[in-house]
Amino acid sequence: MKEVINLPVKNIEEEEYHINMGPQHPSTHGVLRLVVSLQGEIVKSLKPHCGYIHRGIEKMCEKDTYPQIIHLTDRMDYLSAHINNHAVCLLVEKALEVEVPERVKYIRTIIDELNRIASHQLWWCSFGMDMGGLTCYFYGLRDREHILDIFEESFGSRLLHSYYTPGGLMMDIHPNFQKGVKDFIKYFRKKIKDYDDILTGNVIMQARTKGVGILSKEDAISYGVTGPSGRASGFACDVRKHDPYGVYDKVDFKEILGTEGDTFTRYMMRMHEMRESMKIIEQLIDNVPAGDYTAKMKAVLKLPAGEYYQRVEASRGELGVYVISDGNKTPYRMKFRSPNFSNLSALDHMSRGVKIADLVAIGGSLDYVIPDIDR
Amino acid sequence: MNSFFKYFSEIFHGVKSLLTGMKVTGRYFFSPGEIVTQQYPENRKTLKMYDRFKGEVIMPHNERNEHRCTGCGICETSCPNGSIEILQAKIDMPDGKKKRIIDKHIYHLSMCTFCGLCIKSCPSDALAWGQEFEHAVFDRAKLTKILNKPGSSIIKDIVE
Repeated sequence: MKEVINLPVKNIEEEEYHINMGPQHPSTHGVLRLVVSLQGEIVKSLKPHCGYIHRGIEKMCEKDTYPQIIHLTDRMDYLSAHINNHAVCLLVEKALEVEVPERVKYIRTIIDELNRIASHQLWWCSFGMDMGGLTCYFYGLRDREHILDIFEESFGSRLLHSYYTPGGLMMDIHPNFQKGVKDFIKYFRKKIKDYDDILTGNVIMQARTKGVGILSKEDAISYGVTGPSGRASGFACDVRKHDPYGVYDKVDFKEILGTEGDTFTRYMMRMHEMRESMKIIEQLIDNVPAGDYTAKMKAVLKLPAGEYYQRVEASRGELGVYVISDGNKTPYRMKFRSPNFSNLSALDHMSRGVKIADLVAIGGSLDYVIPDIDR
Repeated sequence: MNSFFKYFSEIFHGVKSLLTGMKVTGRYFFSPGEIVTQQYPENRKTLKMYDRFKGEVIMPHNERNEHRCTGCGICETSCPNGSIEILQAKIDMPDGKKKRIIDKHIYHLSMCTFCGLCIKSCPSDALAWGQEFEHAVFDRAKLTKILNKPGSSIIKDIVE
């Protein structure tokens, strides 16, 4: 007679197991590794592992002079390169007590908003692709191309511009710049209706995003989730409104706040923000004052000894630059408070108890850029 | 009865939203005038970059093979990642004094981040942006370029 051995049989369906999502996964938008603990298809917890694209930008800044630092900040959040440059320029100008010409402030504000629209367009295409709609990707990139053409004509490059310098701009805007921007606004006002038709009203997209990944206002504040993702939870955190820089105090725009805090609200925040950005550009583009494109600056910039902090509203949230200077031409310590890093920290809280397919939707709605997380 | 009505209205709205999206894609499908794709390798002859396009750093020479570089080395110090090296030489002037001139202006294209600080900081406007953008080569050494042409000299009216 055959002997029967009773091994302790584990119930595979109830046991938790771990899978690696990333570092090479299309929906993580870069080299981010998420160790997801799953029970069946339900996400139990999640642990992000950062550092795959760490280049030590903060340390590299310590050997560079202040004008040289600008080109490194391009490489953090490459989709809002101008806004990162703006943060460092504002900090140096604040520390040296330099008053930049009005023309520079107007041009910087216009370019920041163009950069924000371009960034949200790319977010829209990739979010559509995360949801399974490849058509969105082509339509978004097609419209983004118009902004990149304007950038290329004026500053010579498409993604990493290094256009701002402490005290002003690298060169004056191209004579065709204003006409190009006005044509783009006219064009994009028509095309943004297509965005709503294709994705916003789509029943599949709404079913997958409404009520998924809810983040309450209290959690958004305690995790430091800023930008459109924080505003979707009702956290009024727009730096442009509450701590204005450039000419944001002279233009009329709304800080749109959501109430639900789910993935669909985060989606709608960015769609509204593109329209608000167009409104800001329309108010400024005809009123750019004449004048110099840069203030008079010394050849070697030495910040007085002390600590300085400057924050701006990047397209994904609040970007802060903190500098300790010891009076030399290079900073003693430089620290960036990058919006994506704080936004990523809330991903674990938001995605507990959802299906793994919804994790892709939540991650897409947070719109993280990995080089900004790792720096 | 109410839930029955709701069920069918959801189906109706779902199908309607899908058709709205397909109307947009259908419109582009039947209007080829809105195609924006560039036929890149085929249109090489007619492709023209913008005037300010940052392709590479060049040193413009005039028709007498003269450039404006004095060899002062400001571009070398302003470069954030050491992609420019300046080798200087000394020549004897007719009045017996020795004068520094540029021997080799070495430019490592492979290290350049196209920030434009060398061109902005140059006191004698010797450097400029070139329009060339097809930089792919088979050997890495070909990306190290000497910007001043052999036998070139400085334009006479430049004072250091």
